[in-house]
Amino acid sequence: MSKFKKKTDKGLPAVSTASLPDIVFMLLFFFMVATKMRDSSIMVKNVVPEATELVKLEHKNLVNTIYIGKPLPQYTAVYGTAPQVQLGDKFANTDEIPFFIEKFKAKIPEPQRPMIFTSLKVDGEVTMGIVSDVKTELRKSGQLKLNYSAKRKQ
Amino acid sequence: MAKRMDNELNASSMADIAFLLLVFFLVTTTMNPDTGITVKLPPWSEDDAEEVKLNKRNVFAVLVNANNDLLVRGEPEEVSSLRERAKEFISNPTGRADLAEAPNKAIISLKNDRGTKYETYLMVYNELKAAYRELWDTECQRLYGVPYSDELTTEKKKAVRSKFPFILSEAEPSAYGEEEK
Repeated sequence: MSKFKKKTDKGLPAVSTASLPDIVFMLLFFFMVATKMRDSSIMVKNVVPEATELVKLEHKNLVNTIYIGKPLPQYTAVYGTAPQVQLGDKFANTDEIPFFIEKFKAKIPEPQRPMIFTSLKVDGEVTMGIVSDVKTELRKSGQLKLNYSAKRKQ
Repeated sequence: MAKRMDNELNASSMADIAFLLLVFFLVTTTMNPDTGITVKLPPWSEDDAEEVKLNKRNVFAVLVNANNDLLVRGEPEEVSSLRERAKEFISNPTGRADLAEAPNKAIISLKNDRGTKYETYLMVYNELKAAYRELWDTECQRLYGVPYSDELTTEKKKAVRSKFPFILSEAEPSAYGEEEK
C-alpha cells in the first residue's frame, strides 16, 4: 500500500479570496496618503518650459500655485486672448494677489508659514510683463519664496 | 434559552467597496511633485534703492530683449554659450583684468524687457544657475571628492557655496514690446 495515494480527481480547489480585501485596502491607503486633490481646474493654456536645474517642492500643502497663460478657448469670449492670471479657480487681477496670499497663509499653522512657496506655473509663450507684475505683487505682500515651475528637459 | 446567533459578518462585499474607493483615488491622484527653479525675491521697499557703485569688471550684465536676443556685457551672445561664458567670468582662471576679481565678488545682473518671452527668460536663468552649479560641483569635487548634491551636510554645502555665492540682481524690466491688452 502506498503512502502517496493518487488523489481522486476533484478538480482544482477554489482560490481563496479571503485576503483580497486586505490587499486592496493596503493599496487604498497608499493612494489615499499619496493623493493630493487638485483644488482648481486650470483655465489657462499652461505648458511650462523645460529646464535642467530643477528642485522638487516637497511639502505639497505648503505650495501655493498661481497660473499665468492665455485663457483656454472656452473662456476667450469673456476674458479675451491676452494672458491672464488665475488665482484659485478664477481669473484675477494682479492686485488681488496679496489677498490670495494672505488667505493661503491663514490656513497654514504659524511656525510653517515661512516655508510657504509660491509656484508660478507660467506658460512658455507668455511675455515677461505680466510675470513681472505678479513678482512685484508677491514682493509687496512679503511672499519672497518663489518657484518657476518647469519640466525636466529630456 | 436564546438561540445562539451565527454572528459572523459577511465580509465578501468589503473587497468591492475597497475597490471602488481604490479606483477613485487612483483616478484623482497626481503623483509627480511640482518641480521648478526656485528663486528668492528681494524684499519690497517703497523708496528708491540707493545707487551702489560697482566695479565694472565684477558685473556680468545679461540683457534679454523683446526679440529674445541676448546681450552679454555689451556683445550679442547665444544662450548655448552663456553657461561657459558665465563660468569663465566667475572663476576667472587666467586672472584676466576684465573678468571678476574673485568669485565671491562676481555679480550677475539680469535685465529683460516686458516683451521678453517667459521661456527665453527661464532658459537664461537656468543657464546662469547651471553655471554656478557646475562651479559648485568642481569645487566640491576638489574639497570632498564628491559632486555637489543636496545630500551633503549643510556645513559642506555652505562652505562650497560661500566660495561661489550666487548673487543675481534683477532690474525692473523696461516697458518695451509688451503685448496689447
